[in-house]
Amino acid sequence: MAEGQIPIEEYETGNTKHKWDLKKLKFAHRVIFEYNYKKGEIKRGYANRTLYLNLTKKEIKEKPVTEDMKKKFTGGRGFGLKLMWASIKSSTRWNSDENELLITTGPLCGTTQYPGSGKSLCLTISPSTDIICDSNVGGFFGPYLKFAGFDAIEIQGKAKQDVVIVVDGEKGKISVETAPLEETNSHLINEQLTHMYASENTDKSRQKVSVVSAGKGAEHSYWGCLNFSFYDIRRKLPRMKQAGRGGLGTVLRDKKIKAIVTKIEKFDGVSNNPADPIALAKVGTKLHREIRDLDRHQCNMRAVGTVHLVEIMDEYDLLPTENYRFGSFPKASKIYSPKFFKHFTKIIPDGCWHGCTMACAKTVDGFTVMTGPYKGQKTTVDGPEYETVACCSNMSLWDPLWVLEFNFYCDTYGLDTISTGTAIAFYMEMYEYGILNKERCDGLELCFGNGEAVMEFMHRIAQGNKGEFTKIAAKGARRVKDWLIKNAWGTPQLIEDCGMESKGLEYSEYVTKESLAMQGGYGLTLKGPQHDEAWLIFMDMVNNAIPTFEDKAEALHYFPMWRTWFGLNGLCKLPWNDVEPANNAETDEPSKVPEHTQNYVEYQNAITGWNVDKEELILQSERCYNWQRAMNVWLGRGRRKDDWIPYRSMGPVTEMEYLSRKDRYDKQLVEKLGHSEKEVEKMKIKEKIELLYDYRQAQYQKLADAVYYRRGWTPNGIPTPQKMKQLGMDDPKMLKLLQDKINEDEKAGLNVWGGKYGKGEKPPNIHLKYWEKW
Amino acid sequence: MMDKLKTVKILKFHPEKCDGSLACERACSQVHFKTDEGGDKSAIRILKNGNSYKMHVCDQRGLCLDMCPVGALNRKKNGIVWLDKDICIGCQACVGFCPIGAMRKSDARIEPFKCISCGACVRACPNGALELIEVKIDDIKKVVYHKQGTE
Repeated sequence: MAEGQIPIEEYETGNTKHKWDLKKLKFAHRVIFEYNYKKGEIKRGYANRTLYLNLTKKEIKEKPVTEDMKKKFTGGRGFGLKLMWASIKSSTRWNSDENELLITTGPLCGTTQYPGSGKSLCLTISPSTDIICDSNVGGFFGPYLKFAGFDAIEIQGKAKQDVVIVVDGEKGKISVETAPLEETNSHLINEQLTHMYASENTDKSRQKVSVVSAGKGAEHSYWGCLNFSFYDIRRKLPRMKQAGRGGLGTVLRDKKIKAIVTKIEKFDGVSNNPADPIALAKVGTKLHREIRDLDRHQCNMRAVGTVHLVEIMDEYDLLPTENYRFGSFPKASKIYSPKFFKHFTKIIPDGCWHGCTMACAKTVDGFTVMTGPYKGQKTTVDGPEYETVACCSNMSLWDPLWVLEFNFYCDTYGLDTISTGTAIAFYMEMYEYGILNKERCDGLELCFGNGEAVMEFMHRIAQGNKGEFTKIAAKGARRVKDWLIKNAWGTPQLIEDCGMESKGLEYSEYVTKESLAMQGGYGLTLKGPQHDEAWLIFMDMVNNAIPTFEDKAEALHYFPMWRTWFGLNGLCKLPWNDVEPANNAETDEPSKVPEHTQNYVEYQNAITGWNVDKEELILQSERCYNWQRAMNVWLGRGRRKDDWIPYRSMGPVTEMEYLSRKDRYDKQLVEKLGHSEKEVEKMKIKEKIELLYDYRQAQYQKLADAVYYRRGWTPNGIPTPQKMKQLGMDDPKMLKLLQDKINEDEKAGLNVWGGKYGKGEKPPNIHLKYWEKW
Repeated sequence: MMDKLKTVKILKFHPEKCDGSLACERACSQVHFKTDEGGDKSAIRILKNGNSYKMHVCDQRGLCLDMCPVGALNRKKNGIVWLDKDICIGCQACVGFCPIGAMRKSDARIEPFKCISCGACVRACPNGALELIEVKIDDIKKVVYHKQGTE
């Protein structure tokens, strides 16, 4: 494969070359409605308007972005939350007509000087969780949407037939067109539309188009993801990044949107019109140099992307295998990063947005597909990333080629690898216990390690197979739990404990049994168990840096706020702490990477012309974070009961798990639960499991108490009106709703701490209404 | 095979002839920014080195070529590494990754600039301290991609 100083025209990927009759495809389009707009200028990172489309009412309009909106919601995900609050109802569900799909940008989005600055933030009411799901994704769409003139696109209603939405920043025109003949699966439709809408037949022109789509799998499951394209001038095809979590692609297809296309006339290094381009270039170049000098000694992102984590997680007993039963596995070395490095195409640059020199977006080119409708074709696989590899480890698939196969089909079918992998791993465990079997699985032998069955299941989803199992299983672990329990197959507790979902969303790929803080990092979240709010395992478990509940709560306040900030600005989190300054370990708070935090202060100021400090960055997040929790409460969730997590994420569910780490657990019974070694020796395993179960459940409730308190919420997890006012979020409708819900809890006796506090222990505050005095 | 024969002109510096008057820098900034300020606006820099001087300039190895996400960096027919500023999107990846810091950025504009072996500095030097010499590209070019790990 090409390596180094090959003229761009001469790169050869070995992929199957497609020939499309684009004229025929285009000719079949019929414009249903359209809208001309005046092209504007970006001022200091903002286009200062958002775009609203209603597919049911055939309406398109612009909405202004006010200074007040910037002050309260910053941008990106914050804008998304604000727009949704004004447009949906508390009864809105994923397939309601008024549900919205939002793609937002953020003031720093589209900057080319600072690595990781091309992220879009997508929001919708999720089919998995019935609350807002937000997903952060790369690709060119977000930056191009802004440069075409809009800080966000907000889509409400449903089309009657398959459509594409085109935001043409060249002509200043939005159009909604029927698109009957295009493919649905993403690797093909993205290619078709990129070629169709490029102004000229050149790679440079194609690089100015970005497509968002979801494949056939998204139509028939709750795992639909959005594929965001970015045209690669070396590989000469649109590659893609996924907004994976929460079923955004399912909503896209429910609205009968085949794709959203945006194109721009031109852009350059100052298209955001930054207040201080000189300061911006300085801070960006500083980070480029750090990555140049340090990445290969630290995370090695430029060579293998996030896959470098596989061996680390395996070593620390954190790599989920066989549905999170274990954290390491003898066969795991077969999927360590060197195995993928062998397959990755070694050309540069691999950023999913221009100027990202962290370049973690690796690909395998010329991969020969092994199963399904594209069997035998050579294609580009975008990835795999760590999560995808770990999903395969979770399903006990240990061949890199099967990982690639799984990755390819998940992407093109528009299935989130994380949800798909985690859910299937659960089904496999149920299969092992006989709770599921071949007959109950529509004839599939869904046992651990059966890659063929996994792929067959995915092909069936994409085909819209009507088998009972396929239909229910494609809706995810939560629905399968309900189905198993309803049929009285297996004991409900085992099923609830094993299926790794919380709030209806499947877990991402880390074993959290030995890190209480990370259990909170997954459970005490807004959208569900996803590690984008906090990743505290090393801090908590390996370094023991946050031993008390108070420490853990502080971490579960700071890090979710800090990480939320990336989503408000259109940024990627990786360049924050996946490369660290050489002297980071000697700083006061290495886990916060103080120098990089300061970079972001300078960066935001350089774009917007504001004069913020690092405390203000956290405040920006706190406003939106609390707002989103409040919206969850409004939507009927967002209380303690909704922060429930399955016991598999807390400790050993089965005897096999206990035995596999017997020394560790026995020791804990002595050291943490105060039993004598002799007592422990005499106990039956079942008894020991129960003791640990009660202890760890109680720990989690105490953690929730501490975290709610730190965040300024009621003991039942509701953000208080007082807290909202402190943050400057004074929407009267929201304040009233929160007060009403708190009153409801009060009446129902739910406004109490969840932990049981013994002698020498006390809850975070003896006053249950501690906030009323604020 | 043709590549093996291809050559490129690069600058050679004779410090013993340099008097530090920086006529080269002024000529260079004239080429790039139509000003005779030199300094940050010059692709060639002459720096004090004890009692003598040293030159800091692009050596046309082309390690930056594979860094550019939009294809603004190319090797021209005459062998030099050329930055097309109409294509450049100002990301500074090449500036940050140049191992010798020879891809330059001036505050005057977002796109970087570099030595194009035009010879303006050679002609401007009153003492003949600079010359353009011809070298085989194959002898100087390097494959950029980082191997896995610290090898």
